[in-house]
Amino acid sequence: MLSRVAENIYWMARYIERAENTARLINVTTNLVLDMPRSANVGWEPIIEIMGGEEIFHEHYDSSEERNILKFMIADLHNPCSIIGSLQLARENARTIRDIIPRETWESINDLYIYAKSNAQSGISRKNRHYYLQKVILGAQTITGQLAGTMYHDLGYDFLRLGRNLERADMTTRIIDVRSADLLEEEHESLTPYENIQWMSVLKSLTAYQMYRRIVQVRVRRPDVLKFLLQERKFPRAFYHALCEVENCLKNLPKNKQGIAHIKQLQDTVLSANPEKLKQAELHKFIDKLQFGLMKINTDITDSYFRRHV
Amino acid sequence: MSIRWGSYKVQGIYDELIRAAGKPRDAAKPLCDYLRNLKDREIEEYKAAAELAIHVMGITFTVYSEEEGSIDRAWPFDIIPRIIDKKEWNRVERGLKQRVQALNLFIDDLYHEQKIVKDKVFPAALLQDSVNFRPQCMGITPPNHIWAHICGSDLVRDEHGTIYVLEDNLRVPSGVSYMLENRMVMKRVFPDLFEDYNILPVDDYPSQLYDTLASISPRDVAQPEIVVLTPGIYNSAYFEHAYLAQQMGAELVEGNDLYVDDKDVVYMRTVDGLSRVDVIYRRIDDLFLDPEVFNPDSTIGVPGLMRAWKAGNVALANAPGAGVADDKVVYAYVPEIIKYYLGEEPLIPNVPTYKCNNKDERSYVLDNIDQLVVKPANESGGYGMLIGPHATRKEHSKFKRLVKRDPRNYVAQPMLTLSTAPTLIGNRVEPRHLDLRPFILSGSDTTYVTMGGLTRVALRKGSIVVNSSQGGGSKDTWIVDMEAN
Repeated sequence: MLSRVAENIYWMARYIERAENTARLINVTTNLVLDMPRSANVGWEPIIEIMGGEEIFHEHYDSSEERNILKFMIADLHNPCSIIGSLQLARENARTIRDIIPRETWESINDLYIYAKSNAQSGISRKNRHYYLQKVILGAQTITGQLAGTMYHDLGYDFLRLGRNLERADMTTRIIDVRSADLLEEEHESLTPYENIQWMSVLKSLTAYQMYRRIVQVRVRRPDVLKFLLQERKFPRAFYHALCEVENCLKNLPKNKQGIAHIKQLQDTVLSANPEKLKQAELHKFIDKLQFGLMKINTDITDSYFRRHV
Repeated sequence: MSIRWGSYKVQGIYDELIRAAGKPRDAAKPLCDYLRNLKDREIEEYKAAAELAIHVMGITFTVYSEEEGSIDRAWPFDIIPRIIDKKEWNRVERGLKQRVQALNLFIDDLYHEQKIVKDKVFPAALLQDSVNFRPQCMGITPPNHIWAHICGSDLVRDEHGTIYVLEDNLRVPSGVSYMLENRMVMKRVFPDLFEDYNILPVDDYPSQLYDTLASISPRDVAQPEIVVLTPGIYNSAYFEHAYLAQQMGAELVEGNDLYVDDKDVVYMRTVDGLSRVDVIYRRIDDLFLDPEVFNPDSTIGVPGLMRAWKAGNVALANAPGAGVADDKVVYAYVPEIIKYYLGEEPLIPNVPTYKCNNKDERSYVLDNIDQLVVKPANESGGYGMLIGPHATRKEHSKFKRLVKRDPRNYVAQPMLTLSTAPTLIGNRVEPRHLDLRPFILSGSDTTYVTMGGLTRVALRKGSIVVNSSQGGGSKDTWIVDMEAN
């Protein structure tokens, strides 16, 4: 398989997943803002920080009010994580591999892009935001489902799943990170009752609440949520699960030794963590470590399969 | 109501299927009888079935320019085939082989000794001004001296029934995928007609193309690596590039996918690493092929490709520089070229062509510009042309100025009345003008001509513009063997 083709599939999958997860991230923050008392003074800035977009944001906006941030996260093409930006890139990638992906999928990607673009305003305003984000999430899931159900499961499909799962692992850690950022002073007594609500909203934003209740069965507690979202093998949006998927795909590919070694390392890191001990600052640092691990794997893949060494 | 051939008008113009009102040509008789017996409703059904097949098969052509970048349009297709008797086709086939053989000798000569120039058969001045002559190719000898491996020659028939070559496309001729797809659609829509007729197949083109390309591989291996080099998805022929690659089981690559190392060997970049390439069917124009040699700004080409080709490490089809014979002024000399290299009379005539670089012919052109079609030497797709009889006086004087300023760049031809064929317009058949583009493959061992080719038809009444980007459509072309019936 040509490197360019493999790379296009990989990034198409990443961008679609990114659009979906950016929608989820906005959702969790919106819920959080709505749930918290005014005194908590929850701001929107942390989500920009989490996406690593502060610099670009401040270049183009003079205040971090909700509207600006939403515009940045949904519609701004300068932001590589914005929903429309991601979908546009996914579409460009898909266009060059139209002989490889099913025709319906190309149409779905096109549809989703057009929907997201022409309805951006309703995502930015609070009134219809939930509906808009939900449409984006469902659209992305439809594409994932179509590909699983109709694409030929050869090397190309491995690259597709590689991209999707790496992006998913990355975004799950970012969504968790929303909580570890300085949204709340952890020791602030008056806010403890809200703690669980917030973790519940994190679970919900990953469509993980119901599964969490089924599997963990206890009430929603921070360490249990962290354990579920980081270490669970069988939940598709959990970090560890995504890593195992990446490992399985990589096993089908040539030149995979270093990549697999790095995955094993990262699996050890995440499994050996004790969520009870991951307080705010530690959690943030830990997430950094996981993201660094993912970057290493991405570099392995790029080097082994896509990079033009010559 | 159904189709009544009695009311189909053929006066004064050669029609491909109908000899005189109500009288089909021999080869067209079974078809005409079949169509006559169809009810309107059935015609509608067949038409809808063809449209559905085109949609389902994803046959599109790309129009680039709209705001969204490029869009794919469904291929405009007429379900009434154009029929040519095999006896007539045999002669055309021989004529095309003769022509391409002579053109290949001509190109090879131009890049070596230029005997034809020294012998004053082909004017040195013309060679000097030729925009498609590539001095970079001097002294290079491709396998078996073949430069134009894939040629698409446009044939037209005049009102008396004579077939002429209108032009030869030796750069990156397109359309062959539509020829193949048209046949697939017809087989789906009219399976029973195919039983009545002995229609010669076209489906073997991709394997013939593969064999032709494999035959020029510089490495003697059982399965040479053949790739199709495309400028990318925005190119209007991208559908064809992808189609041919897929049909041949070859990789479809872009310039960035290829790499030439310091030993002048071409590789493609795959997920397994570099993989050697033997033959490149390039669908990129010469000037964009290699930024080291031609346009340095080209991002669609491959740096070093010419080095590798000169070193004989990779075969390029068509060879760079082959386009020198794809020039409307060179075209005017093809009868002389055939005589010079083969010592034969051309089997298919050229359309009479006035060369504006010749003083007498030029003054004839200037005096009769309102009767002539004036064409620039190196445009394609019908651009930059003057159709004298249909143009305004202002356009006439504009072209007179253009011709006087740069006589070498223009030729003129009498306005031909192209032949017509019955074409479905609504539920009726009406005559529409058409042309035909057969494809000729020249490999190291054999020459192959498609059975028929791509028939393009001007869908607008009276129009002679057949290009699909300008509202033309197409028909399936049947070479039928009446003796085998």
